[in-house]
Amino acid sequence: MWWVMLGGSAVLAGLVFVLLALAFRRRDRGRGGERTASGRLWIGGLGLAMPVVVLLALVGYALTVGIGTLPTPDPRAVEVRVNARQYAWDMVHPGGIRTQNVLHIPAGRPADLVITSSDVIHSFWIPRLAGKMDAIPGHTNRLRIVADTPGTYRGECAEYCGVGHKDHNFTVVAHDAAGWTAFTEGAR
Amino acid sequence: MSALKRHQDLTAIWGNEPGWRGYLRSVNHSDIGKRFIVAAFVFFAIGGVLAMLIRAQLATPRSAFVGPEVYNQLFTMHGSIMMFLFAIPMFEGLTMYLLPKMLGSRDLAFPRLSSLGWWCYLFGGTIIVLAMLAGVAPDAGWFLYPPLSGKTYTPGINSDVWLLGITFVEISAMCAAIEITVSILKLRAAGMRFDRMPIFAWYLLGTAGMMVFGFPPLILGSILLEVERAFGWPFYSPELGGSPLLWQHLFWLFGHPEVYIIFLPAAGAVSTILPVMARTRLLGYGAIVAAVMALAFLSFGLWVHHMFTTGIPHMALGFFSAASALVAIPTAVQIFAWLGTLWQGRPEMKLPMLYLVGFFIVFVLGGLTGVMLAMVPFDAQAHDTAFVTAHLHYVLVGGFVFPMLAAAYYWLPHITGRERVMRVGEAAFWLIFIGFNLTFFMMHLTGLLGMPRRIDTYPEGMGWTWLNLLSSVGGFLQAFGFALFLIDVVLQIWLGRVHRRNPWGATTLEWAMPIPSTTYNFASLPTVTTRDPLADDPDLGVALARGEGLLAEARHGWRETLAVDMTSGTPEHVAILPGNSWLPIATAAMLGGFFLMMLAGLYALAPVFLVGTVWLGWRWAWTNGTRGDVGMVPIGGGQSLPTSFEAPRTTGWWGSVFALAASATLFASLLFGYAFLWTIAPNWPPPALIPPSLVVPLLAIAGAAAAGIAVRAGRMPIVLGGHLAIVAALILLLTTTPGPSTHAYAATSAALAAYGLFHAGLAAIMTGFVMARAKAGFHSAARATEPRILRLWSDHGAGAGAFIALLLVLPGWFA
Repeated sequence: MWWVMLGGSAVLAGLVFVLLALAFRRRDRGRGGERTASGRLWIGGLGLAMPVVVLLALVGYALTVGIGTLPTPDPRAVEVRVNARQYAWDMVHPGGIRTQNVLHIPAGRPADLVITSSDVIHSFWIPRLAGKMDAIPGHTNRLRIVADTPGTYRGECAEYCGVGHKDHNFTVVAHDAAGWTAFTEGAR
Repeated sequence: MSALKRHQDLTAIWGNEPGWRGYLRSVNHSDIGKRFIVAAFVFFAIGGVLAMLIRAQLATPRSAFVGPEVYNQLFTMHGSIMMFLFAIPMFEGLTMYLLPKMLGSRDLAFPRLSSLGWWCYLFGGTIIVLAMLAGVAPDAGWFLYPPLSGKTYTPGINSDVWLLGITFVEISAMCAAIEITVSILKLRAAGMRFDRMPIFAWYLLGTAGMMVFGFPPLILGSILLEVERAFGWPFYSPELGGSPLLWQHLFWLFGHPEVYIIFLPAAGAVSTILPVMARTRLLGYGAIVAAVMALAFLSFGLWVHHMFTTGIPHMALGFFSAASALVAIPTAVQIFAWLGTLWQGRPEMKLPMLYLVGFFIVFVLGGLTGVMLAMVPFDAQAHDTAFVTAHLHYVLVGGFVFPMLAAAYYWLPHITGRERVMRVGEAAFWLIFIGFNLTFFMMHLTGLLGMPRRIDTYPEGMGWTWLNLLSSVGGFLQAFGFALFLIDVVLQIWLGRVHRRNPWGATTLEWAMPIPSTTYNFASLPTVTTRDPLADDPDLGVALARGEGLLAEARHGWRETLAVDMTSGTPEHVAILPGNSWLPIATAAMLGGFFLMMLAGLYALAPVFLVGTVWLGWRWAWTNGTRGDVGMVPIGGGQSLPTSFEAPRTTGWWGSVFALAASATLFASLLFGYAFLWTIAPNWPPPALIPPSLVVPLLAIAGAAAAGIAVRAGRMPIVLGGHLAIVAALILLLTTTPGPSTHAYAATSAALAAYGLFHAGLAAIMTGFVMARAKAGFHSAARATEPRILRLWSDHGAGAGAFIALLLVLPGWFA
């Protein structure tokens, strides 16, 4: 996704800059005589038709990519409730296991996070696993994440939430199958 | 009559009294425009100093320069100042100065309103800056999201400073919006059809229209948040049925059009300057007009893209994502029209053109990163990182600051009448251009490396250290560039040689006058037959100064200019504009008293100032009009026209139409809030509903019907009675409404009732005014403007009052 957009952007920016430079070079050649540019070519073609084609392709592509990240029902999914507050993250895992600022999930299985806040607006973000989801008091949002490999990941608050915003962080521990069993067994 | 005698006569009518008295009373559009520009630049400098402090803090990891409390005020104030106290007032100033001159008019439609706007801007901006110096500046981000900005989490007056100060300044934006719209529609040169208007006027028409509909949601959101903070009405508190998401909707319903409100005037300057620099005509005038109107319309469908991460359903996201990408099309139309214009002309690299090239490069890059952000999956990753900071600075600085610098160099000779000295402007350009790209290109990279926005320090070893240092160095280069620009302007004013007329060989009417311009712009008004009047007749300015145009005679001490038919530009009547007055500054000071009382928490005293404002408004309106019929007056060329005293559709009537459109938008936003909270917010249904009542709606509907019929029959006492009946019905309704602080239902109901009360009460006062004026002899069969204007306000007050009375009792009936 990223490389497609970067490449496309470079091509478009290049096109504009080359045309701009050529407009100035043209000035030096052939003085005299009224010159006209074709409105149909410049405005109809380059201004209207080109962006329509490019944007249609891009929006279609983005929608397909976006649908792939939606939480479709999955029997293997685990659900964790996440409550944000100034300045901590409270997690409630399956079996009622509570932790603060550490999120435990099984690797290779989808985890559905049910996110809310008990004071101001925060935003839940694990840069390496998924996009952000706002934590809004009075509302709950669902976010599906999948960690393919076990390990720890850094998470942070991505919506300015006050003086402690910078340090409003958490860690994610993705367990392998054995580790996950041990974690959930530990509850009993 | 000699040209000199005419100049003296007109200057006596249009000029200011000497000294401070003249300064405080002036309503002249050139004066007010220049003041807006200077003040906006001062606020730009203040905002720039804040940016320097931010970059100083972020230059190194673990910086201890300022703590998070101060840092939060810094970035909140930087954003707020640049948006509300720099960008909008800057283009308002440029527009106020230029627009009448471009349209071939002597002033704007409502000179006293521009003056009121100026004082509101100055007073409101001063409150905000003084609060910052006192260390109680807003610190909840420029978007002020509740609950963080609410009473619980910001107990000090920080958020109140923002809400009250910015709302005070928004009064000037609303004044300007109505002023600009009506001036473009009505006060143009004879023969200036819609398709002969300078392209700048089209851009400003689009912008002002967006302001009429874009600002009311923000003003409403601010009022609601201030009422929540002051009186505990829980509009945004989820535990009592409010929702913080309501603020986000209202804020971004304004916030996205805001971006185009800033961009369009700058693009208008580009479309004006670029063809002159390329010694040709603009390519695709019609296509650009269509693009401007499309942008103005589409930008209202985009606000949700600022809320992509708030948990909105995916299909809705798809719609808004597509709409966000769609706005790239009218922008692309303009970019390629400009390139085509350069292609067909012979561009010269004069100084304004240099800044336009800077605009092209920076803005195109910013637009492309914008399309990337419009894609939901990418936005979810980049949202709230330095990448977004970089993108918005490329768009806003590229799309506004660079064109404004080009405009500054292009129109400075018009204001100073002088040539610039040496080549300081080129040096300033390179410092700003290189500094800007160094600062913000690096921030794309730090953003992609995961650096969030709005953090005051960061650890080493994240790979952000060097990039941040480079950004800071770039920031300081820019600061030197802007300082050099300022020096250049001062040098030009002091040392520049006196310049000849029309130095760039432009074709628009603002150059058909001596520079610096006179107070009255044109000694006689031009008649145009094409889009480029100065191309047809390069000596037009001299002919106008000799009195060869319309309205060449100075008479009765009247400030006369021509009002035309909107589409055809046929002269319609002679608009007689009000002269200098204490009323604008007095009214702004009275409003300032209200805002200061609210800020100080002296809520009991605040209404006193509102009553004072109504009293001043009454006196203000009383100064218009005349006690005797004037009849037709000659305008030159053997033609005669009625004056605005006796014309059916005056600028005042049109101004009322747009003022009511803005108010109706605020009303619609409030209705949206009522429905939104009812369906989306938690903790509904409310514990108690307004009890069902037949008396309230019947009384209100009867009053509205009586007012509606009587205002058409001219039976003013019945109109007054009708509005008083609506007021009584709504007060009765409020007595049965559950306490507004108990639940968001009661709070929004009370807010709706207050809206109805305000408009019915206002209509009642206006009816009383019209009755007093009729008694004093200001009305006759010919002089019937005021009853016509009253009809608009009366109908709105009656309709809104009856609708609200009915709407609010409905839930009780069905419960």
